[in-house]
Amino acid sequence: MTKLTRRQFALVMGAGTATLAMPTYLRAQDKPRVVVIGGGAGGATAARYIAKDSEGAIDVTLIDSADNFTTCFFSNLYLGGYRDFASITHSYETLESNYGIKKVTGWAVGVDRDARMVSMADGSKIPYDRLVVSPGIDLVWDSVPGYSEEAAEIAPHAWKAGPQTQLLKAKLDAIENGQQIVMVAPPNPYRCPPGPYERVSMMAHVLKSKGVDAKIIIIDPKDKFSKQGLFQEGWQKHYTGMVEWYGPDVHGGIKGIDVNAGTVETDLDTFKGALLNVIPAQRAGRIAQEAGLTNDSGFCPIDAGSMRSTADENIFVIGDASIAGAMPKSGFSANSQAKVAAMNVRGDLLKSKVFPAKYSNTCWSLIETDDGVKVGAQYAPAEGKIAATTTFISQTGEDAALRKATYEESVGWYAGITADMFG
Amino acid sequence: MREWDTCKAIRGIWHVPAARALVAAILAVMSSGSSSFAGSGDPAAGEKLYGNCKTCHEIGEGAHNKVGPHLDGIIGRKAASIEGFRYSGAMEKAATEGLVWSVENLDAYLQKPREFIPGNRMSFRGMSKEKDRADLIAWLQSMARAAPAADPARIEPDTHGPAREFTDIVLAMEGDRDYGEYLGSECVTCHQITGQVEGIPSIVGVPRDYFIRSLFEYKTNVRRNEVMKLRVANLGNEEIAALAEYFSSLEPQ
Repeated sequence: MTKLTRRQFALVMGAGTATLAMPTYLRAQDKPRVVVIGGGAGGATAARYIAKDSEGAIDVTLIDSADNFTTCFFSNLYLGGYRDFASITHSYETLESNYGIKKVTGWAVGVDRDARMVSMADGSKIPYDRLVVSPGIDLVWDSVPGYSEEAAEIAPHAWKAGPQTQLLKAKLDAIENGQQIVMVAPPNPYRCPPGPYERVSMMAHVLKSKGVDAKIIIIDPKDKFSKQGLFQEGWQKHYTGMVEWYGPDVHGGIKGIDVNAGTVETDLDTFKGALLNVIPAQRAGRIAQEAGLTNDSGFCPIDAGSMRSTADENIFVIGDASIAGAMPKSGFSANSQAKVAAMNVRGDLLKSKVFPAKYSNTCWSLIETDDGVKVGAQYAPAEGKIAATTTFISQTGEDAALRKATYEESVGWYAGITADMFG
Repeated sequence: MREWDTCKAIRGIWHVPAARALVAAILAVMSSGSSSFAGSGDPAAGEKLYGNCKTCHEIGEGAHNKVGPHLDGIIGRKAASIEGFRYSGAMEKAATEGLVWSVENLDAYLQKPREFIPGNRMSFRGMSKEKDRADLIAWLQSMARAAPAADPARIEPDTHGPAREFTDIVLAMEGDRDYGEYLGSECVTCHQITGQVEGIPSIVGVPRDYFIRSLFEYKTNVRRNEVMKLRVANLGNEEIAALAEYFSSLEPQ
């Protein structure tokens, strides 16, 4: 169980030999260096675990463009008024002060894989022995004709938490009687599969609790969605007549949007909204593409047993940017993958023990106050892919006490995972 | 001023060590002559509320320590005084500063355990209603004369159900702590490594027997939680032994 596989052993020996072959003056002054790009659920966790478990033997640098990190998970609860913005925003200070991680604030714009060097937007370069790439997603603006980065200032996507989330909340809070909200949902694969539908629930909660008579229309390019039965049951129960979902067999295809007119044109009809929430198609964060780690899908293939990039054995790709088989793109998944990657990074650089990879995920969603649902699975590598070994999902018709307990569990999980990410 | 208000007022200086010992001593004296507060509770209602506590605490004839110490004679008992129970550092410290479980102290503790003794590891968020606390304390008091087991630190073999048999098999195994630490990285996404409790119980420093039995109770549907059931589904004996070794070796921070 605890033995290294032949492949892992070869990699460990390879790293060891390389160290011995280095000039003596380099060996004397340099600890192995790990650079982590992206300070979210994947990157912050990886940086923390590598620093913590190597006990100072590895030099860890964490690159993120922001000083603080606002979690996408629970940003819907901010939208619904259950959390304030500060409570979903976290600082990197503890990672720096308690774990000795060097935080670099800026954009990584390129990776010279031969020289093992990350280029920053300001022209500086950061060398690495192992690189962990966890940049999350980039939005494919033109996947929805008429949408663009500029258009997002009028019709927010709010699929990266931050100012966009605050903009969406301001627009939601301004909705009045008789107005309509139109959401354009994303095609697979995308970050947080139940996210759009939890968001609709939170929007409906805000409208209902203020007594605003307004409708929410979802135009979906998919013919089914995550936790569909649970959400539709909840919408029927709590928000009767407020939410309408149209799949492609009804709307016939999304032809385009006009954010100034506030319209979404489909084969069936043109839908008008005082608020458009457009969530376009997604791909791996740009640095992953710049580094040549993506394939035709726009995401990064990895070795299922280690999260190591199939393009470069010195690089690991985790989180939303990776092609992680059956695992959804979620903060929980990224956190889980980060631990496998961190263990393999230490195995490479310090010859520490590498155990067989094991992954897990749970996604909680809130439908209405104290009405929480969840879906989850355990995963392991199988035939070159990450495959589910056991799964579960909340059931329709569950009693109120169980739903409340599920919501409370999600609040506990939020506290837990953010402590696990940021220390 | 009622004693409860006094208590509230001085809770603010509980963090000042010198003041703390003095306050604890004063409260202990006050409580010995106090019956008005305790008298206001309804023990029958308190017994129901005890459902919140009984996963971790036993009380009554033959009570043993579980995740928490047994509660026989808790009113007036010196904090962290049950031999053979591993208290958190924070609780030990409070005890050396003279904390005694007077009615007033227990009331303040039950209201907000983590504020009253920061860093203690009781997995309970607190009881906000004053009447609930009074009821619970009244019931705990009514149980005052119950005698604990002769050896409360010994865990009574639970011969009921398959979980016990599986537990004994794994208890006899030696767990690989390093493997447990790796596997445990999955647990700490929800169960905080510091032992802090914010909606999900602490598993830091829990005894091996209890830890192992709990996992088997999820496997055998004695305990019901879909997330936990899923997490334990693929854990074999070696994994459970490793996890128990790791988490039982940790101290709450």
